[in-house]
Amino acid sequence: MAHSWLSVEAIARSYGARPVFRDLSFGIDRGEFACLIGHSGCGKTTILNILAGLEAPDAGVLVMDGHETAGPSLDRAVIFQSHALYPWLTALGNVAFALRSRHPTWSRTQIEIQARAALATVGLKDAATQKPAELSGGMKQRVGIARALSLEPALLLMDEPFSALDALTRGTLQDEVSGLVGGGRQTAFMITHDVDEAILLADRILLMTNGPDAWLAEIVINTLPRPRDRANLHRQPGYYPLRNHIVDFLVTRSRLLAGQQPPGWTGRDVPEIRPSDFHEQRERVPA
Amino acid sequence: MTRFAAPFLSIVLLALLLGVWQISVHDTQPAAGMDPEYAKLMGLQATAGKSAIPTPLDVAAKLVQAIRDPFYDHGPNDKGIGIQLAYSLGRVLLGFGLAMIVAVPLGFLIGMSPLMGAALNPFIQVLKPISPLAWMPLALYTIKDSDQSAIFVIFICSVWPMLVNTAFGVSGVRREWLNVARTLEVGPLRRALRVILPAAAPTIFTGMRISIGIAWLVIVAAEMLVGGTGIGYFVWNQWNNLSLADILMGILLIGVVGMALDRALAAAATSVAWRE
Ligand SMILES: Nc1ncnc2c1ncn2[C@@H]1O[C@H](COP(=O)(O)OP(=O)(O)O)[C@@H](O)[C@H]1O
Ligand SMILES: [Mg+2]
Repeated sequence: MAHSWLSVEAIARSYGARPVFRDLSFGIDRGEFACLIGHSGCGKTTILNILAGLEAPDAGVLVMDGHETAGPSLDRAVIFQSHALYPWLTALGNVAFALRSRHPTWSRTQIEIQARAALATVGLKDAATQKPAELSGGMKQRVGIARALSLEPALLLMDEPFSALDALTRGTLQDEVSGLVGGGRQTAFMITHDVDEAILLADRILLMTNGPDAWLAEIVINTLPRPRDRANLHRQPGYYPLRNHIVDFLVTRSRLLAGQQPPGWTGRDVPEIRPSDFHEQRERVPA
Repeated sequence: MTRFAAPFLSIVLLALLLGVWQISVHDTQPAAGMDPEYAKLMGLQATAGKSAIPTPLDVAAKLVQAIRDPFYDHGPNDKGIGIQLAYSLGRVLLGFGLAMIVAVPLGFLIGMSPLMGAALNPFIQVLKPISPLAWMPLALYTIKDSDQSAIFVIFICSVWPMLVNTAFGVSGVRREWLNVARTLEVGPLRRALRVILPAAAPTIFTGMRISIGIAWLVIVAAEMLVGGTGIGYFVWNQWNNLSLADILMGILLIGVVGMALDRALAAAATSVAWRE
């Protein structure tokens, strides 16, 4: 793990006396898509904000490509849960604003061409001149995706990007993001509490217990072959064991393990579980 | 039809008002038993059985006459209504403009820094409720020039709503919008102009609209005090001339110009408004 491209090393955060989490470590390899799953309030957004540089950890560091980083930077793009578009700018204006930040020397036309191209990749060619208020929830989130991807970030961070959308739109966007981001082209870190979303998109799924004093109980390796698509995912052999394992975690273990770090626990060695280990793992559920 | 219902009703009400006014003023008897001195003072109106209150037609005639030649200048006490309004508008816009130059940047500072906000808050709380006219003697004493004093008074009454609203708008800019700017490494100036300013603009314009309304209220009073020129002085001067028709015309014009100022700022506010 020490050799991961991105490495989160023993970060801690607390509000008042209650630790949200402490001694939390994990790594993400280049080109990998990692998903963090956990219940509301366990500290997922806090972790993502630390990765984005929007918040500083109380302890611990973030190492990217061998360099310790602090504060936000253009090589880490964020897709926010609430899309966070500027409502006074058009869809095109929002993407162009980001592109202008990335490429201060580009000409106006160059920016516009790129911004239009970015919107086209998310199917919004015809909505370029519309303001966010005139767009549906799914379209707004698409603009957010176009804005983030147009930066060609080294790391793409997503905080429950689809949780505010209806099921149908969510599914379509999941497939689109899977096509745009999955398969090793883009290093990404996504927060979700949708199990199928994690299975569809992630190479590795980080399971976080409930808080306070939440911890990473395990990392599940998703061995389902790519390319994956939602329509056929559940026909893949190995899909149900994987899904059941994660649902089990969310339903029972995340609660039972909350604040129950095993004796001698350090956050440095989070067990990595493969589907072949599932049976063995279930034996270890605390009574 | 519903679209025209309200304007139609407005016109009916106006006609009703003018009709009642015309009838009640027209046929008044000569004031019996009036103090002869006072009757002499009131002139024809009292002695010839004509009411002291002009009829709507009198006012309309005055208005037509004033609008026909609005810019004549026959010395200090006799200027066209256009010139008087221009003086008042000039003072208001100058005082308002100066207030804007001070209030918007200062409001930005207060809105961005909770410390500055807390430190300046007691001053604002004390200064805000002071009637602008209470500043007048101090202004006249320190500035000496009456014209500049009037502008100062406009400044001091316009500054607070803009300052408070700018600070409120700036401090209320969504954290996530600022976070987007942070992840994009947007510099402080670009962030102020491209993120915070547009986000806070509707609130700032609301403050401006309140300010210009107050400024227009105050200029009339201020000009009555300092004299010389302006629509406020015009109304006061016509009181000294006992020309109620001119006074009513002045009042009407003050209302109309005030409404025009408000409409102009409302239009400007619409142009920067955004919907989520
Ligand atoms: N500004 C704050 N002040 C106090 N507590 C906070 C603050 N922000 C978050 N928390 C607490 O930290 C915990 C983790 O929050 P968050 O990271 O948003 O959780 P998640 O994204 O997993 O739902 C929650 O219990 C929340 O109550
Ligand atoms: Mg969250």
